[in-house]
Amino acid sequence: MSLTNFLHMGGYAPFVWPSYLLSALVIVFNIMAARRSLRLAQQAARRRFDLAADRSAS
Amino acid sequence: MAWVWFHKFGSPPHFYRIAGRLTPWLAWPALLLGLAGLYGGLVLAPADYQQGDGFRILYVHVPSAWLSLMVYVVMALSAAVGLIWRMNVAHAVAASCAPIGASFTALALVTGMLWGRPMWGTYWEWDPRLTSELLLLFLYLGYIGLRNSIDEVSRADRASAVLAIVGVVNVPIIHYSVIWWNSLHQAPSVMKFGKPTMPASMLVPLLLMWLAFTLLFGALLLIRARGQVLRRERAAHWIREALA
Repeated sequence: MSLTNFLHMGGYAPFVWPSYLLSALVIVFNIMAARRSLRLAQQAARRRFDLAADRSAS
Repeated sequence: MAWVWFHKFGSPPHFYRIAGRLTPWLAWPALLLGLAGLYGGLVLAPADYQQGDGFRILYVHVPSAWLSLMVYVVMALSAAVGLIWRMNVAHAVAASCAPIGASFTALALVTGMLWGRPMWGTYWEWDPRLTSELLLLFLYLGYIGLRNSIDEVSRADRASAVLAIVGVVNVPIIHYSVIWWNSLHQAPSVMKFGKPTMPASMLVPLLLMWLAFTLLFGALLLIRARGQVLRRERAAHWIREALA
């Protein structure tokens, strides 16, 4: 099977490749968004604790 | 035994630690299985005798449609556990499901449209399966919107849990819509009793992709739920150690 044939997908290329591209985008977006959400929560928790530590110290 | 496990998993510091350790064990197999499934689905599987190479959309459409339903069930069950046993970790899990579920529901709808255009001659039809799946997307979005509209986390947890539990009636409607009503969408060919109506060369890549998507969801859920657990904890001493 040649690469051209593979990319052509028997004439269904305009439907098959966008489907796979969108799936890749959704997966990458999900990974980035999940990690960002955890990072933000960790930062917020650290801030909360630093503030609490400051308050108990003063 | 089960109760000990239940209580341990329900304790925020345990959950935070165990979920953190478990994540790579789900994420890396998901990547490897996904790559194998892609190769099997795009290269090794033969073209379909009716749909030619167009059927290959199946390998992303079916796993995302599966996730759209499974994630909703996980969300509704966790919400119910959170509501009944007042368990913060369960609420954290439920809240983490929504954005993942919404994105895969949208993906199932769009890949379905891209598949429907060449095979049915239309991107969209107000068909029972398509309409109930669209309703599922709106349920996820409604859940997210409801949570965002309430500032206090514990109130947002309780209100959104009720919505999640009520909305679960839509799940069997989606699954059986192709059997109960005269639908444009084909009937299930894998999730049914007896033999799947698909040769192994087509079925194995689908099972690999299905497993990859499911493990990916597990990893995403654990990452998000750890963050949600932190958000629900006020001044607990374990957080200082966990973040040190």
